[in-house]
Amino acid sequence: MNPILRFENITRRFGTFTAVDDVTIDIAKGETFSLLGPSGCGKTTLLRIAAGFDRPDAGRVLLDGNDITDLPPDRRPVNTVFQNYALFPHLNVRDNIAFGPKIAGQDAATVRREVDRMLELVDLTAHAEKRPAMLSGGQKQRVAIARALVNKPQVLLLDEPLAALDLKLRQRLLVDLDAIHDEVGITFIYVTHDQSEAMSISDRIAVMNKGVIEQTGTPVQIYETPRTSFVAAFIGDTNFLDGRIIGAVDDRFSRCAVEDFGTIIIDNDKPVRIGDRIDLSLRPEKLMVSRQRPDAGPMDNAVQGIVEDVIYFGSSTRYWVRCGAWKLCAEVQHRTFLLDETPPVWGDSVWLRWHANDGYLLEQYDALDEDLLTLPED
Amino acid sequence: MRPSRIPTSILWLTLVFFYLPIGFLVMNSFNSSRFAAKWGGFSLRWYERLTERADILAALGNSVRVAVVASLAAMVLGTTAALVLHRYRSRLQSVHRVLVAVPLVLPDILMGMSLLLLFVSLGVALNLVTVTVAHVTFCISYVALVVQARLQDFDFTMVEAARDLGASRFQAFRKVTLPLLAPGILAGGLLAFTLSIDDYVVTYFVKGPGADTLPTLVYSMIKKSRDLPVINALSTLMLILTFAVVALSQRLVRPVGS
Repeated sequence: MNPILRFENITRRFGTFTAVDDVTIDIAKGETFSLLGPSGCGKTTLLRIAAGFDRPDAGRVLLDGNDITDLPPDRRPVNTVFQNYALFPHLNVRDNIAFGPKIAGQDAATVRREVDRMLELVDLTAHAEKRPAMLSGGQKQRVAIARALVNKPQVLLLDEPLAALDLKLRQRLLVDLDAIHDEVGITFIYVTHDQSEAMSISDRIAVMNKGVIEQTGTPVQIYETPRTSFVAAFIGDTNFLDGRIIGAVDDRFSRCAVEDFGTIIIDNDKPVRIGDRIDLSLRPEKLMVSRQRPDAGPMDNAVQGIVEDVIYFGSSTRYWVRCGAWKLCAEVQHRTFLLDETPPVWGDSVWLRWHANDGYLLEQYDALDEDLLTLPED
Repeated sequence: MRPSRIPTSILWLTLVFFYLPIGFLVMNSFNSSRFAAKWGGFSLRWYERLTERADILAALGNSVRVAVVASLAAMVLGTTAALVLHRYRSRLQSVHRVLVAVPLVLPDILMGMSLLLLFVSLGVALNLVTVTVAHVTFCISYVALVVQARLQDFDFTMVEAARDLGASRFQAFRKVTLPLLAPGILAGGLLAFTLSIDDYVVTYFVKGPGADTLPTLVYSMIKKSRDLPVINALSTLMLILTFAVVALSQRLVRPVGS
């Protein structure tokens, strides 16, 4: 891959706090790349280093192969969409968008044409003469995007661009952003703490935690094959099981003893040997819930438990089921008319079934990450 | 329950307390009689007399020149001080912050004395230049105070945005920071103007012989009672000017967009 932007061994410290710790990322031309993580994970620091507002203590930033680490922000072909929009309140929408081209010394006719094109792209032609104070949050956001894109940057940096907007508007702007990305074909780097936003807009995601990259991959890779317990718990929800390998089923599957739970079959997502301790991530929607003992195939796991908590979401229901010392979360999608059925309720005895394929072995496990899971109080 | 009348009564008492003497002065400036105790009919004769007095017009010219130069200088220096105080925080800065605020409460007589001592020991001739310098020293604090208040809700990501869009440090300051702070700077400047134009104590110490400003001239005129009605007319004009400036600066300190 020939990256358009490369973070090379970037380290940034603030006093004794290491915000970014030896991070290397390659971002391909034209992709939408998300930096995803909780607040304080270093994602915004990395973005500010890319924009030129901050300098790393170690490492380099390469844009299309050129070292831009020490270039000031006004000399980088990179533009930013700020979280709070940072529109100029004393200028109207048109002049806000025209700010960059005018500074660059383009002639009045070109500026006007480019600004008109941008106004059309973000659907704000009717509001061109308004001051930012007269615009809604969504409109301000679109002005901020137009103001950045009009400069034809090689990379567009978006710093939590939708964080200040309500949920419905956020979803609509996500679709808009995606359409704009398709139209302009510029590389987007998208910083967010919202995993659903990152999942829906990104070609690839880097999940950050405490200044390091936990995993980089496509949304599906990140969700289905989380490398660490942090990724598994931060993206979506999951169940963690830990056990010991006690034997092989064949060259792909192994038998694993889970204390106070039983013996389960697991997929050898990584090489395992008898006696190894393993940590398994099991997504709630992969668990099938039934009242009767299910017909389990040879690679299926089935355990019985008692329903302890039920949360109904409309399209789905979540059950927390007590199995020995473990409490597993299972999510059931409702594909049929629910009033004709008698779904399990609190205190019912149910069976959980999943295929050995549906769990995933984690490379790295930290018990603290369990705090990220949705768990009802005991 | 009926709303209490007490707040309204207090408001009226305050207004009367403040403005009754001034109202009396304004009324008297139109009194054709020389004596305040007697109403001799409406007349503009004191205003006519005012225009004939070369010494008053010269002093007015001096006052305006000093006030304009002093408030312009204070706008530049006070804004610089406010920006520096807002952007950079350190132990030294806390000292700086206090030192900038001190002239607001320092007795004028102390300022006047110390400035006089300074000028004399430096061997500087006392004239309108020393008056202007003296006015700048106390005006800076007022401008800095008003601009600092304005900076409280100034979003510096806008400066970053300007840099991001290709503006140099200077361009970002000129096209974003300055236009957005301008109302605050101007309001501070107008406040400085009103303080400079009616300053008596500090001016008296550092003006030197022969270079009178309006307040120092008025004070020396009071000794001669035949000039009193002329002073009434002059004061009324200054009152109108001051009200206009205050009203303008009030308009300017309102937040952007409202």
